[in-house]
Amino acid sequence: MSQAVPLDRPRRLLDLEIDGRTTRAPEGATILDACRAEGVDTPTMCYAGNLTPVNACRVCMVEVEGSRVLVPACSRPVEDGMKVQTDTERVRHSRKLVMEFLASSVDTSLASTDWLRWMGEYGADPSRYGAAMEPMETGERDERWAGHHHDPDPTIAETVAQPVKVDNELYVRDYERCVLCYKCVEACGVDAQNTFAIAVAGRGFDARISTEFAVPLDESACVYCGNCIGVCPTGALMFKSEHDMRAEETWDEDAQTVTNTICPYCGVGCELEVHVQDNEIVKVSSPEDHSVTSGHLCIKGRFGFSYVQSRRGRDDRRPR
Amino acid sequence: MEAAPTAEERAAVDGLLGPPETGWVGATERSADDLRVVRAGREAREQRHLLLPALHALQAGVGWISRGGLNYVCQRLSVPPAEAYGVATFYAMFSVEERPANVVHVCDDLACRGAGGLALCGELERDAGPEGADAGGWTWVRSPCLGMCEQAPAVFAQRAGRPEVALGGATRETVAEVVAPDSAVICAGGVGAPQTADAGSRDSLRLLRRAGVVDPTSIDDYRAHGGYEALRAAYEMGPGRVIEAITEAKLLGRGGAAFPTGVKWQAVSTQPAGPRYVVCNADESEPGTFKDRVVMEQDPFAVVESLTVAGFACGADRGFVYIRGEYPLATERMEHAIGEARRHGSLGDDVMGSGRTFDIELRRGAGAYICGEETALFNSLEGKRGEPRNKPPFPVTFGVFGRPTAINNVETLINVLEVLRIGADAYAAIGTEGSTGPRLFCLSGAVERPGVYEVEHGATVRDLIALAGGVPRGSTLKAVLLGGAAGGFVGPDMLDARLTFEDARQGGYTLGSGVIMVFDERADLVDLCLRIARFFRDESCGQCVPCRVGTVRQEEALHRLVAGTPIGSAQDELALIDEVARVMRDASICGLGQTAANAVQSAISKLGVFDGGAA
Repeated sequence: MSQAVPLDRPRRLLDLEIDGRTTRAPEGATILDACRAEGVDTPTMCYAGNLTPVNACRVCMVEVEGSRVLVPACSRPVEDGMKVQTDTERVRHSRKLVMEFLASSVDTSLASTDWLRWMGEYGADPSRYGAAMEPMETGERDERWAGHHHDPDPTIAETVAQPVKVDNELYVRDYERCVLCYKCVEACGVDAQNTFAIAVAGRGFDARISTEFAVPLDESACVYCGNCIGVCPTGALMFKSEHDMRAEETWDEDAQTVTNTICPYCGVGCELEVHVQDNEIVKVSSPEDHSVTSGHLCIKGRFGFSYVQSRRGRDDRRPR
Repeated sequence: MEAAPTAEERAAVDGLLGPPETGWVGATERSADDLRVVRAGREAREQRHLLLPALHALQAGVGWISRGGLNYVCQRLSVPPAEAYGVATFYAMFSVEERPANVVHVCDDLACRGAGGLALCGELERDAGPEGADAGGWTWVRSPCLGMCEQAPAVFAQRAGRPEVALGGATRETVAEVVAPDSAVICAGGVGAPQTADAGSRDSLRLLRRAGVVDPTSIDDYRAHGGYEALRAAYEMGPGRVIEAITEAKLLGRGGAAFPTGVKWQAVSTQPAGPRYVVCNADESEPGTFKDRVVMEQDPFAVVESLTVAGFACGADRGFVYIRGEYPLATERMEHAIGEARRHGSLGDDVMGSGRTFDIELRRGAGAYICGEETALFNSLEGKRGEPRNKPPFPVTFGVFGRPTAINNVETLINVLEVLRIGADAYAAIGTEGSTGPRLFCLSGAVERPGVYEVEHGATVRDLIALAGGVPRGSTLKAVLLGGAAGGFVGPDMLDARLTFEDARQGGYTLGSGVIMVFDERADLVDLCLRIARFFRDESCGQCVPCRVGTVRQEEALHRLVAGTPIGSAQDELALIDEVARVMRDASICGLGQTAANAVQSAISKLGVFDGGAA
């Protein structure tokens, strides 16, 4: 199958140094692009190729000569003559602590396998901040008043643990897995869907992703495109089908196949990745680098697959 | 499904925005024309920057921001409700839950807590129940520094339908008066400033020479005291020479970062693409800082004039003053000054008959320390959450509304008037080689006469404390907090440290925003460290992980130490606190996170606060 390859404008190549090795990167590329092109493994969490970098997680930090503080690789454009260090003690310390901060306050167990590998490689030990707090009641975090927290309990480490929000048949919001990477907000907003159903609310550690007044999704502006699920790095946003199967302990990624196909609904031509387990579609995604979708779909492509699985015979159909 | 606004809520918002023009933006009835033409969209969206003022209008008018009220604001400004909710919940002065009409914020921060603030909280707890509980139309809550440290203890009251008040020397009686339904309490205007060693001698004052002398509500009186001479001089010199003068005067920013003002203005004025903006950062929130409030309360026209000069030099015809939400009197005085300046042709389409256009809009913060960070301030001005932006790009190329912006602190701006008044050479001769000009310091805590003091750069900590009358008789100095919560503690051994940028850099201390908070032997330094940790946990915007979680882990570790329940040994905890401090300093997006560990670190390393475990 041939595919049109869009060519960028020709770009000037800049000389830079990464960990002492000279390399070149096109003008406009980020340090992360240059690192990856050089094969320098760089941990990321809030970065996604199909969204504007928000550089909020600060796990991709590198040292740049002349800069007082560390620099986020995911968003800083390369400059001519830039000298980048990715493996100094300072860099390793920051990356390790950021991983510990996230994993000690958020359930990151469903993050990418890379993330779990990085945690090991950097020696991150989230348990050293104390025993994790008991989960809060539903809605408790939604009521916090900016700037007015109570003194901490010295026997526990605060977390965002809370019950999962299930308020519709299509997807769930498990905010104890939320690392506040802003990706879902971006995907719901100007980066993809322009629906603006969710935003970051609250402040500081009490910041959370929320609809207005934390109303359930069916009272919000949500159009159930599921693009927030597509970009969520930690499984906080999840197909309800996946969530239910995980609860029943029947979810088995090794037993799943992924079939690429084209969405049958309209003429746009979105590519779907149909995940199938035991001959049932369990979820649908789209490749991030696909020229039509950039990984984003609409409600029909994302969730409108149940008809495929209708196994009633011809005779069972209702008369017209 | 859609919650509707009450008549009161509509009135509050319409009071700011005027009545809605079409059914598309919230008019109760749709005209026949509305059904044919949509008039909203971009026009409404371009008013997004009015979101904070609109939320203020609701909060001040009704006492909270209801679903109906928020919906109405969203309709008027074409803002998605989820985003508006995200903004409303970012700021401590806004409440999205119904609460008593009167909310008294009681300062229990560094200066106030030992000076009656904590005792007042205890009394209120007994009188009115716990924080936030309805005590019959009013409630009280603890507050971070209210910027009235020289009048400790301070309170700030939000009163639905009535003017807000901020009062010093507060007692339970004051609080009762403030919240009484027939309360006649208004902001008194206080004595506040200026404080000089000798009240009779004002000759040495430059920045404060008018403070306490002129009538802050009269532009004529301001003119009679040399007002608008600097702007006249600037117009004669032309923008290029004004910037040259500021550069030659070696004026460095007084907000904490000490950036050369001339370089900043030069960069903005040479940006090819307009419009350019000038912004006065009056969101003074660093605990222990109150100099800008005193300047704005006592000499507001000086701020207006200096921002006009900045606009002229930078080629901007629009300026903003972003003022701290908890400063009702300074807000009133600045608002009045801007109005008077407009009325007298000192702002507007033909400033002082020069044919030049310049006008100023006043914007209020809403209870967020982070909005003093310049890029967070821009976002807040634009009607967004006050989250700092990653730099680069810097404000001089990408500032408010994405345009080139010169943003300066109040004190920096009024120094510009002095440069133009006496000339760059004379100004540069004041102070030291690396720190020219006069400087304001905020003295508070254990001194006889707390207040704002003006000295020439080069004075020592000891000089300043002496100006403020020294520590009270019979008590001994234990520690000094320099530069606020983002600064650091020093011990009595540092009293001869010179307060200049170069000495501070070499000596490893900071001038920050000019805070000199003095503690005597009664001060509980451990308790102060906990308060500082709480402050940063509360004020972190939450955007980046090092600061969002680091401030929590820092506070928890300190509490474990104090409770005597360290994980491992006390030494292990101190090592952990140090590790947390490093990642916050190295990897946070903005100055808040980068300095959130400074004061605690200095207390540990310089004062040995946790030596031998929990103090």
